[in-house]
Amino acid sequence: MIIKNLDIPSQRLIEKAMSSRIETPLERLEKQSPQCGFGQLGTCCRMCYMGPCRIDPFGEGATAGVCGAGADTIVTRNLLREAVGGAASHVGHARHVVITLKRSLEGKAPYRIADRDKLLEVAFGLDIKTEGRSETEICLDIIDRAIEDITRQDNMPMNWLKFRAPKKEFETWHKVGLLVSNAHNEIEEAMHRTSMGNDADPLNLLLATLRIGITDGYAGLHMATDLHDIMFGTPRVKAIEANIGVLEKDTVNIAMHGHNPVLSEKILEWASKLQDEAKKVGANGINVVGVCCTGNELTMRHNVPMAAHNLQAELLIHTGAVDAMVADMQCIWPSIAKVAECYDTKLITTESFVKIPGSTHVAFEPEHADENARKIVNLAIEAFQKRKGKDVYIPSEKTKAFTGFSLEAIVDVLKKVNPSDPLKPVIDNIVNGNIYGAVGFAGCPSPKIRDTRMTELMVTELLKKNVLVVTTGCTAHICAQAGFMNPEATEKYCGNGLRTVLRALGEAAGLQGPLPPVWHMGSCVDNSRIANLLRALAEKLDVKISQLPVAGSAPELITEKAIAIGSWLLALGLLVHIAPAPRILGSPVATKVLTENLETITGGKAYVEMDPVKAAQGLLSHIEKKRKALGI
Amino acid sequence: MKRVFIEIERCTGCKSCEIACAVQHSRSKDLFTAIFEDSPPQKRTYVERAMNLSYPARCMHCVDAVCIKACPAGAMVWDNELERVSANKDKCMGCWSCAMVCPFGAISVRKPQRIALKCDLCGSRLREGKTPACVEACPTKALRFGDIEELSRLKRLSMAETIAYSIRQEVIEKNPLIILRQSGGF
Repeated sequence: MIIKNLDIPSQRLIEKAMSSRIETPLERLEKQSPQCGFGQLGTCCRMCYMGPCRIDPFGEGATAGVCGAGADTIVTRNLLREAVGGAASHVGHARHVVITLKRSLEGKAPYRIADRDKLLEVAFGLDIKTEGRSETEICLDIIDRAIEDITRQDNMPMNWLKFRAPKKEFETWHKVGLLVSNAHNEIEEAMHRTSMGNDADPLNLLLATLRIGITDGYAGLHMATDLHDIMFGTPRVKAIEANIGVLEKDTVNIAMHGHNPVLSEKILEWASKLQDEAKKVGANGINVVGVCCTGNELTMRHNVPMAAHNLQAELLIHTGAVDAMVADMQCIWPSIAKVAECYDTKLITTESFVKIPGSTHVAFEPEHADENARKIVNLAIEAFQKRKGKDVYIPSEKTKAFTGFSLEAIVDVLKKVNPSDPLKPVIDNIVNGNIYGAVGFAGCPSPKIRDTRMTELMVTELLKKNVLVVTTGCTAHICAQAGFMNPEATEKYCGNGLRTVLRALGEAAGLQGPLPPVWHMGSCVDNSRIANLLRALAEKLDVKISQLPVAGSAPELITEKAIAIGSWLLALGLLVHIAPAPRILGSPVATKVLTENLETITGGKAYVEMDPVKAAQGLLSHIEKKRKALGI
Repeated sequence: MKRVFIEIERCTGCKSCEIACAVQHSRSKDLFTAIFEDSPPQKRTYVERAMNLSYPARCMHCVDAVCIKACPAGAMVWDNELERVSANKDKCMGCWSCAMVCPFGAISVRKPQRIALKCDLCGSRLREGKTPACVEACPTKALRFGDIEELSRLKRLSMAETIAYSIRQEVIEKNPLIILRQSGGF
């Protein structure tokens, strides 16, 4: 019995799937429901084979596992392991990019330095000499600093942490002992710490979770974004289209799914080179569309449409119009292969550690990036030949969206208002209340609450109250599809103050309309861009991040990566709204520390609320409190 | 007459039924809120270890219930509407006669009153046309709710299938003549 109703295009494809008796994510969720209470509260421990042990949340049964670990130990150990899963993903992603760039600089792989300004900014931030040196020399030094952050054993703070962390927060972390040194060591130690018979102190375990959060932030997110920008360019504001309707019936459709632009940039390049091959077999050309975060990477830098968020990835295939879905790493559901088998779609996996039964595997190696990309595009063209002439079903809904709001792009717009002091107009408008505050939305589309329109309703409530929204990840797809990323949304949703500011900025930027009220700041690793914006504001005002009238939200939490990012944001001093509840509520200590006590240390605070309107109100009252404390 | 059937061989001992039972008997009926309630909700179903298996023990709502006969206060009563054994909180005096005679060990102590506590077959859920919370929560369908006749028929069908299968394996496939005879080709 399916009772959930998603947005119109998703719903139509779900109905199409159901009428063909192909299982959908909603049916799978239904079959998994109700889900295990111990699991949801975090009180199930599977760390050793005396278990699995469970703590009775109502106090009638066991209060300790076989080893004697109670709910607080079990919950905080589990939480740390979730954060490790997230940090390992982001650090792995960053390392992949670092190694690719290294090989390229050594002449062994076909990538190049695309953004000299970013190269120099990063070199300056890392204390690398630039005068009289070639770009390659400078960049090789940057690569060395990056590799040092995953290899050094001297316990000195990570290069990227020193480079990108806000000054005041760096000091706080120094005092509390959170200056991490080497991402691989941190990940190793956290796994060691949580294995049977090590750390049992819930507070020590929570501090370790903050360490992993900080590791994720600097050796994962910031490092990945900085190197992406050096290799592929820093995003600038541009208009694109979003939603499943960006697929084209008579064109070879290649959907890029995953996270890493190292693959998707090459596919895009070869799709453009092989347009004529596609035309030879009767297609109008090749249409590369973006899914999930590699979709965000592409749409931030190129005019690539945003086709689908993570939950829609398998729905996209039900159109029958996707010739190849090409995946790299993270968030690639195995279900996609099963759905693809029902159509002429090829699911192509490319990473040696991401293989899915039923898919075609083309190993993508940086050294052979061009050959591999050409092969993959040709597979898509072949698949099109099979599909040609068959019926497709592409829901026609699509929206216009502006993307590309890197910090640099934002500053470019602001410079047109005030060339010498670009941040001043923003700060003036925060002070006068035209911009009441700002909230960053990050994360996923959860099948558990997608039908409540959690993200859309929260954003609507906040815009009404003049809160500017910035977003990354799949939440950005949700916002683009909801129509929040175009100038009309400013007129439709914003309170008077925010509308006035966005109109003025839009005019200054020459957009012939207001700036949109929700700014697409990139993929999930690009939460680093949000951190850069916060840092710029905080340091200009000489305040801590925790004093700013801002908050973060993961309104539809799915992944361990969100737990890692959330831990970093807590360390940075943000209020972090999360729904559904993270698996901490089974531990009184974890619940109290993360929702109350932490505020006195870093300023950060977790906030769980499932109701979208109440959650928006919670964020608003937090912003109000911060404004009052600043005397504005 | 509807009852919860227990298929012990399907029980994995996950205790999902216990949690669902406690949540159902909380004020909020929501896991995340229930754990913060002042007096924690109590479960009425108990997953017990039985040799290498586990068994979700609970009140079987016997039609000829000994607990009803044994109760001197008239607190244990037969509820005709929902066809269940009900414990009346106002009449129970906590003598535990019911607990002493119950063959299933289904009676425990209601806190803080210290009177009899037992499964109520989720009366409020039944009235909404739902199954008891433990049944809904069971991930392996070790607990099934339905009409006794229907559940028994399913059991008969399943047993018939098992027997038919073994006969097919042991007898028919070794004697192809039987198949020919059955299909009228002989």
